[in-house]
Amino acid sequence: MNAQERKDLAVTAAQVRLGILEGVYNAKSGHPGGSLSAADIFTYLYFKEMNIDPKDPKNPNRDRFVLSKGHCAPGWYSTLAQRGYFDKAELQKLRHIGAMLQGHPDMKGTPGVDMSSGSLGQGISAAVGMALAGKLDNKDYRVYTLLGDGESEEGQVWEACMFAGHHKLDNLCVILDYNGLQIDGPISEVGGPEPFDKKFEAFGFEVMTVCGNDFEDLEKAFNAAKACKGKPFAIIAKTTKGKGVSFMENQVGWHGKAPNGEQYEAAKKELTESLEVLQNG
Amino acid sequence: MAEMVKKATRESFGEAITALAETNPNVVVLDADLAEATKTGIFKKKYPERFIDCGIAECNMIGIAAGLATCGKVPFAASFAMFSAGRAFEQVRNSVAYPHLNVKIVGSHAGISVGEDGATHQCCEDIALMRSIPGMVILNPADHYEMLAAVKAAAEHVGPVYIRLGRLAVESFNNNDDFQFEIGKGITLRDGKDITIIATGLMVGEAVKAVKALEEAGIDARLIDMHTIKPLDQELVLKAAKETGHIVTVEEHTVMGGLGEAVASYLSEVCPTPVTKIGVNDVFGHSGPAVDLLKEFGLSAENIEATVKKVLGK
Repeated sequence: MNAQERKDLAVTAAQVRLGILEGVYNAKSGHPGGSLSAADIFTYLYFKEMNIDPKDPKNPNRDRFVLSKGHCAPGWYSTLAQRGYFDKAELQKLRHIGAMLQGHPDMKGTPGVDMSSGSLGQGISAAVGMALAGKLDNKDYRVYTLLGDGESEEGQVWEACMFAGHHKLDNLCVILDYNGLQIDGPISEVGGPEPFDKKFEAFGFEVMTVCGNDFEDLEKAFNAAKACKGKPFAIIAKTTKGKGVSFMENQVGWHGKAPNGEQYEAAKKELTESLEVLQNG
Repeated sequence: MAEMVKKATRESFGEAITALAETNPNVVVLDADLAEATKTGIFKKKYPERFIDCGIAECNMIGIAAGLATCGKVPFAASFAMFSAGRAFEQVRNSVAYPHLNVKIVGSHAGISVGEDGATHQCCEDIALMRSIPGMVILNPADHYEMLAAVKAAAEHVGPVYIRLGRLAVESFNNNDDFQFEIGKGITLRDGKDITIIATGLMVGEAVKAVKALEEAGIDARLIDMHTIKPLDQELVLKAAKETGHIVTVEEHTVMGGLGEAVASYLSEVCPTPVTKIGVNDVFGHSGPAVDLLKEFGLSAENIEATVKKVLGK
């Protein structure tokens, strides 16, 4: 990855983060913490990795993405808007009555949303089904799904992993947003889902652990995933919950809460300044 | 007239999906380690590459079916009703029905007639669970010919469908030449003016026997085979209520939230009519031979006959 490319991705990710803030603030609810932690992953997927065309969102040969941690919809929506799937003005109406952008992803009415999700543990199974369909049809599209670390406490996640490993779905890439926090506290204290690498390996995955807020690391991981044959791939992406807004970073309380007016202004100022530094850098 | 066949509807289902696969290349079948029992094994034998055994993981199976459906497949996902409709209820609701995906959920060994396996496997709640989900079509075919037609109709219907299969062999009665199957249209097996019996699934065969006995006793009972619980054939129900008055419903399912409640609830709003519900009365089943259990729980021709006579004061 050259410097220009890295800069472009960082600028886009900063814009995605601003979109997350706009959405959650105007909705007066939603999930900023995990959306911000995954903003770089969303950005890398939609601006570098995936074979997609916002003008042809239903192309049968496209790569698919399932947001298994569906509550981080603000991050996905902001990325989709940034990528041109729909007007960025939609972000302001997130979670409002009559809005296209539902609290959790709704595939029926949102361009670019390949699967409805939100009930934890279910998205990954649908992603496995999509990967299986690709194998049955001899198509070479790839399927990506973003899983929460807290979400992995759901048993269905491991049912899906067992199936993917058993069926050698090497067109499937699971990305774990490993920010270490869930609603009730640190994952190590609440549900104890760690260690992740050993679990994925035991279920037949090739595993790579990287920093999920570093584009060069993400590039290494996604390239390794594409090169992997005969096994599904898990990227354990270590991230910072609330990344980019200093007072939200690593704070459990920002999992599912909207900022008030003052907090919104402070966050906007910080994100805008970061964006300007990147643009002028 | 087609030949009379005595066969379990799960067997008819296995044959129907296998036949369907010949003409529809998108049909795939999923099971959760019960292929021999649900009879998806018939399909597996002929189309092993289109059969997906998900192992004992029904929730994941429903999710995989949803993912397959987003890619244009027409998945039939089968397990015992207790697991496909019961355990995986939330996956059916959120991963299949909310996005309105083209998944056919199959619940075999439904009701008390599971027999010896006992209460843990005797699912008498599946229809109620599936009825509560917006956009879900519920089919509960009563005999071989109805099952063949129902599977074909389910595949042609775009959207989620729940199909209930029975374990016991049943004699066919829909083998007449003018038999027609349409989702949401009940079949009047016998016209009558004194009372209407609306039965579904395994209970239709029992009701056929009951109306014959009633006829001998001078009671002219109408019999409706309600293979589709949702959407309910309101027109046929209303006509019966107006023309015969009292209605008796019969289902191998809890009386809460099933056919009887669907009929009573509809009529209470448009044409208040007494509805007597024969079904499982808010109790769990237990182990025993299926035929004995059906008798014990009043799911028999004798009890239908007795109930009708009691209702009519005869």
